Amino acid sequence: MSNFISSSIGKKLILSLSGLFLITFLLIHLIANLFLLGGSDAFNTAVHFMDTNPVIQIMQPILALGFVVHILYGVIIQLQNWKATPVNYKTVNQKESSKWSARNMIWLGLFVLAFLLIHLGNYFYVMKFAPHDMGSTLVDGVEMHDAYSLVTGLFTNPSFGVIYSIIYIIGFVALGLHLNHAFWSAFQTIGWSNDVWRKRLSTIGTLYAILIAVGFSIIPLYFLFIK
Amino acid sequence: MSAKTINIKLKVWRQKDANSKGGFEDYQLENISTASSFLEMMDVLNEKLVNENKEPVAFDHDCREGICGMCSMFINGRAHGPDTLVTTCQLHMRTFKDGETIVIEPWRTGGFPVIKDLMVDRTAYEKIMQAGGFVSVNTGGVPDANAIPIPKHDADEAMDAASCIGCGACVATCKNSSAMLFVAAKVSQLALLPQGRVEASKRAKNMVAVMDELGFGNCSNTGACEMECPKGISLAHIARLNREFLSANIKG
Repeated sequence: MSNFISSSIGKKLILSLSGLFLITFLLIHLIANLFLLGGSDAFNTAVHFMDTNPVIQIMQPILALGFVVHILYGVIIQLQNWKATPVNYKTVNQKESSKWSARNMIWLGLFVLAFLLIHLGNYFYVMKFAPHDMGSTLVDGVEMHDAYSLVTGLFTNPSFGVIYSIIYIIGFVALGLHLNHAFWSAFQTIGWSNDVWRKRLSTIGTLYAILIAVGFSIIPLYFLFIK
Repeated sequence: MSAKTINIKLKVWRQKDANSKGGFEDYQLENISTASSFLEMMDVLNEKLVNENKEPVAFDHDCREGICGMCSMFINGRAHGPDTLVTTCQLHMRTFKDGETIVIEPWRTGGFPVIKDLMVDRTAYEKIMQAGGFVSVNTGGVPDANAIPIPKHDADEAMDAASCIGCGACVATCKNSSAMLFVAAKVSQLALLPQGRVEASKRAKNMVAVMDELGFGNCSNTGACEMECPKGISLAHIARLNREFLSANIKG
């Protein structure tokens, strides 16, 4: 078993399974976020539901572990890959043989990680550890935290709202590019691919990447231009 | 097609031996026929160097028919040069323009150290093959042809995998220096056939173990290997290797 975990394919399996877990999480996160478009009461009710739902509470530390494992294995695999090529070519033309996003997964991943840290500081930290910084609000007679104002406040802030929104959108474009390669690649690593399924999976992966990147980007755009 | 002649500039990697540093040398060649192969152009260069009492460029070559896998060379940033589905010996000078500068480097990967100039040591592939790239056959009478029925589709896919000539272009072109396409082809060609199934689990485990030991990188599915493979071996074989390896480990 230890041989398996330390083998190249074993490490990649861990990377791909943790990646698929995070891919699933993104969809749930997107659905929750889209409640923002429904207004204050809709979003606050959704956040309140998440806060009080035992399944979500159990999944939270598992999700954190999923991120740690994925980032850790991504970095370990990349460091080994750099070591495997001690001397680089002086002239190299990879444009015709592979996609840019496939070659730059580590940089896209690290960029998304930087975004994730900002994101956790702005929202997760406040909601989880300093909930009293948020105001409270009444929805149908139930008192709950005003997460809506916290989230929309950053997008609509008169001094840095536009810059924050741009950073937010760039973060999700990077995530979209990461997912464009990641989705199919994860299935390939598990072994669930062949010449027929490769085309299907990479098409689904591209559509999923667009869904995530566009879905999350709609939110700051909505508050900047429509609301 | 009538052959023209072109003048070219070459930037060739020269390295005395494995321990020397090495660097590029510039050469000029005139009146190279566009009908000549890349290796014939290299022969012209070497003849010129010999006539000038200079050391000729060392490069690997053997059959010059595109089937032995000996010729290597990273030409203008691509394994086996700009053409697809060809080895360097089958790359022709008509692919290049008059006056073009052509950069020639050896395969650069930890697994294939440079021996001299453009020659690299591909013994690592032999070591991977010795770990399981074979079927153990007992001596005795030759079995009847077609005694074991094999579905046409399986036979075709096994044949596709078996077309790997072990040239090393997949590793050379991979940004991770991964040998997965090579190992996948060798595991696949046997895993698809009943004769190879007997040792399938052991083979997948042992070949991957040696591949890892020799310091090849981890495949990240960029697909560059498949595009540069002179035999067009599909990434689907890597998926099969992953399946074989995972199920071999689940079985224990």
